[in-house]
Amino acid sequence: MNPSLHRRGFHRLALASVLLVGAVVAGIRPAHAADEAPDALVKRLSTDVLETIKADKSIKAGDVQKIMVLVDSKIMPNVNFQRMTASAVGPAWRQATPEQKSRLQEEFKTLLVRSYAGALDQVSDQSVTVRPFRGGPDDKEVLIRTEVRGQGDPVQLDYRLEKTPGDGAGWKVYNINVLGVWLVDTYRSQFAEEISGKGLDGLIAALAARNKTNGSRR
Amino acid sequence: MNARSFIPGPTTRLAIHARRVGAALVVALLAGCAAAPSNNPKDPFESFNRSVFRFNDGVDTAVLRPAATAYRQALPSLVRTGIGNFFGNLGDVWNFANSVLQLRLQASAENFMRLNVNTIFGLGGLLDIATEAGIERHNEDFGQTLGRWGVPSGPYLVLPLLGPSTVRDASVLPIDRAGDPLTYVDGGLARGSLMVLRVVDTRSNFLRASQLLDDAALDKYSFTRDAHLQRRANDVYDGNPPENGE
Repeated sequence: MNPSLHRRGFHRLALASVLLVGAVVAGIRPAHAADEAPDALVKRLSTDVLETIKADKSIKAGDVQKIMVLVDSKIMPNVNFQRMTASAVGPAWRQATPEQKSRLQEEFKTLLVRSYAGALDQVSDQSVTVRPFRGGPDDKEVLIRTEVRGQGDPVQLDYRLEKTPGDGAGWKVYNINVLGVWLVDTYRSQFAEEISGKGLDGLIAALAARNKTNGSRR
Repeated sequence: MNARSFIPGPTTRLAIHARRVGAALVVALLAGCAAAPSNNPKDPFESFNRSVFRFNDGVDTAVLRPAATAYRQALPSLVRTGIGNFFGNLGDVWNFANSVLQLRLQASAENFMRLNVNTIFGLGGLLDIATEAGIERHNEDFGQTLGRWGVPSGPYLVLPLLGPSTVRDASVLPIDRAGDPLTYVDGGLARGSLMVLRVVDTRSNFLRASQLLDDAALDKYSFTRDAHLQRRANDVYDGNPPENGE
């Protein structure tokens, strides 16, 4: 075996091993994401978000911009917010233009973040316990029930998640239940009232006006 | 009534009469609904409820919220916790009675344990040792007990001063009152002051929640209604209501 051939062989081996490692990494990552069970996802995500809030004074003080960054980076990738908004808006969603749809989602998200931002200074020593998951392995939609424990009575916090089609996309939250009250459902009749009075644009205007007053008070 | 019994006898005549009255009632109710801003099947008395809600909101803004805010500023949190624990412990008497009536064994045992532990070792209820020991409170009232045995909640009802309720829950208020230890405190003044203190203390715990409601709701009335009805259904089923929620 001459040296150049030997070198070529070595190169080929190195290339092959890089490709192999790359393939393994590429192969493992989406598989891992798809394999994460919905209860594990909820546990990881709520612990992560809770720890981030605990560690950051300005988030606890209700700094809306920083909270928005946290929401966009950690929470929104795991939420089907379009489905949440569509479900709160009801049948009128089907008549909405793409422009109206994105405005509705944006204003609804701002409303939720602004409203709940003021409550974050209550976060101190809470921890999240996920209650035993009672779904089948083939379920496309599941209910994950958790309890937030701190001082005083535990707070019931439940999530509905859907399995997104395709490999590696994982589970996404589409409704949240706080103390027995489903978030999306509680907005349904309020939204319907606005829509029946002033149409979809009326609802968008009402949401924007509410966000403006909430924003100016802080 | 089938076609053969067409000749009107006395009973049939009565039935026809009843049906006419029934039809008139339905028409009246429908007319009432049409006058309301929207017709939610769970809320046929919406226009009445809305005016009571406005009244309550006015009282809250003028009296209750300022009182609760002052209370919160005047008393250190340790004292307020003690006061809240004390009333909570009194409430556990009725929680226990209703968890027994609902034949919920674990809830009954835990409420019973709480009452004993907190009354004996918690200085008459000022300290909530039971919660720290992991014995949870199970809030139960007579409306929930009826719900447990299948009595539907009936239409939504906003009561003057007492706030959101339903026809079922409002109709058993005298029974819930009889289960409230404060009812049996001797002396009108002492009883009255304790009741006022309890109201103010309860309201002071919801100052933040009501701020959140002000921020989050487009229409406070329907937000409160939809949240209340869901929460009551959730409580009746102890956190496991039959499939609901999108």
